[in-house]
Amino acid sequence: MTMSQTEASITALEDKAKALRRHVVEMVTAAKSGHPGGSLSAADILAALYFGGVLRHDPANPHAADRDRFIMSKGHAVPVLYAALAEAGYFPIAQLLTLRKLGSPLQGHPSKADFPIMEASTGSLGMGLSVGMGMALAAKIKHEDYKVYVMLGDGEAEEGQVWEAAMSAAARKLNNLIAILDYNKCQLDGTIAEILNWEPVVDKWVAFGWHVIEINGHNMAEILQAFEEAKGVTDKPVCIVANTIKGEGVSFMACNNEWHGKAPTADECARALAELA
Amino acid sequence: MQLGKATREAYGEALAALGAEIPEMVVLDADLSKSTMSKKFGDKYPERFFNMGISEANMVGVASGLAASGLLPFASSFSTFLICKGFDQLRMSIAYQGENAKFCGTHAGISIGEDGVSQQGIEDLALACALNGFTVIVPADEAEMHAAVRAAAYHKGPVYLRAGRPKSPIIYPDGKAEFVIGKGDVVRAGRDVTVIAIGLLVGAAMDAAESLAADGLSVRVINMACIKPLDEAIIIAAAQETGAIVVAEEHINHGGLGQAVAQVVAAHYPVPMGFVNIGDRYAESATPDELMVKYGLTAADVAKAVHAVMARK
Repeated sequence: MTMSQTEASITALEDKAKALRRHVVEMVTAAKSGHPGGSLSAADILAALYFGGVLRHDPANPHAADRDRFIMSKGHAVPVLYAALAEAGYFPIAQLLTLRKLGSPLQGHPSKADFPIMEASTGSLGMGLSVGMGMALAAKIKHEDYKVYVMLGDGEAEEGQVWEAAMSAAARKLNNLIAILDYNKCQLDGTIAEILNWEPVVDKWVAFGWHVIEINGHNMAEILQAFEEAKGVTDKPVCIVANTIKGEGVSFMACNNEWHGKAPTADECARALAELA
Repeated sequence: MQLGKATREAYGEALAALGAEIPEMVVLDADLSKSTMSKKFGDKYPERFFNMGISEANMVGVASGLAASGLLPFASSFSTFLICKGFDQLRMSIAYQGENAKFCGTHAGISIGEDGVSQQGIEDLALACALNGFTVIVPADEAEMHAAVRAAAYHKGPVYLRAGRPKSPIIYPDGKAEFVIGKGDVVRAGRDVTVIAIGLLVGAAMDAAESLAADGLSVRVINMACIKPLDEAIIIAAAQETGAIVVAEEHINHGGLGQAVAQVVAAHYPVPMGFVNIGDRYAESATPDELMVKYGLTAADVAKAVHAVMARK
């Protein structure tokens, strides 16, 4: 790929991330509830995963045995996953506006039973890395070459189960397991620093035996490079610590914890969409 | 009654026996494989055995991922650790997802003995039955455990098996060819009263029925090894035909077999009922036999409950 082509594809991915953010704002507004902040912080990473050639996936064959798996362990950020899947063609974009509505498969948190293209049911925090580890272990047992990506929240990592899984995956050298920490520095009641400061974050993952890559989670080139590096690791699971901003992309939501779990009004939605145009 | 092997030992044997037949089987344990006996599978199939260390929550989550990837996980630990520490994971990652994963909680009840309350799983059935879609099985003896593990392996959906630490009275001396999920089993015919029991209490109920026969009472004994889904027909028939029911289990009084049977009886054919269980309390350290006496789980306790319920007929 020449430099200009790379730049073009990065611009295209940034546009895709913007489209995901617009969907998130519209979905949460229509649902009159939901979690915009943590969805917006993850949008660039989701764009890279689904549209940047990172995930091996086929919307026409969503249950293919050799697909890469993606688990949204911080289940409250599922709007951005729904948006990515709809943009990729897994289901009609119009269906996004059924989020949280009676009878919709787009549950408030991911439900595999209601929506089988969800790889796991999450929302009770701390569980996705264990489930992803089981899938990664299954790949080793069955000699399959798919990879498992698990997005974790920073508040979520206060759950002990995350570290049980971290210890266990490293002991088994599961290099096909890639955790992405959406390190937006905020949780529901306040900042991570205020509630449960678990710095040094990178050192903890290193100490648990993971290959750690720290990036700016809103820099598309860095995101793509991190996933490329992750694919080359042979003897460890990989944790991408993505420094992000909660509410990124919408000025009045960015770094404002009020938007952890609040729906915009129609007027706020219009302002947000204008910024994301 | 003659004692056979512990149901946990039968669990380990059954896993090892099925390993060749079911290549998708994988077995997980949380550093208790010598006690749960899952090691018997591990010794035979080390490449399909994963000791997850002392991390039950992670073990349940990993079982979910394995099941979602087409493998057939059996995960075990002591019942209280598996169910209590893994409960939200069993709810979210197994039950809510409907994963085809199997779990065995061993050392259930107070008959684990001297280790005391921290190791005594006395609420596990209430919790397991609260998991939507779970099949919950308490095999009464070694033969039934063998058949139940096979039935669990071929059943599509999550299963919780409960096993005990001590040797179990032999209920099926001629073996048990097949375990049918959702079916109770009349192990002694009787007309006057029915005792519905699980686990070690099946043996106690059989002993009680024998002694009550000497008093001229004809006691039906039902082994209700599958407590979810529950065999309603066999309960309704017992209510109609014998007119009184005692339920006996090594579990607290909340959420176990007693309340499940009472719900069926109340809805379909109310008759006087009695309950033999631990009550709403924790036990303590002592020998298993001492605990079964102190906490009211012997044949004499079953006989006493039978007399009490007969007086209300």
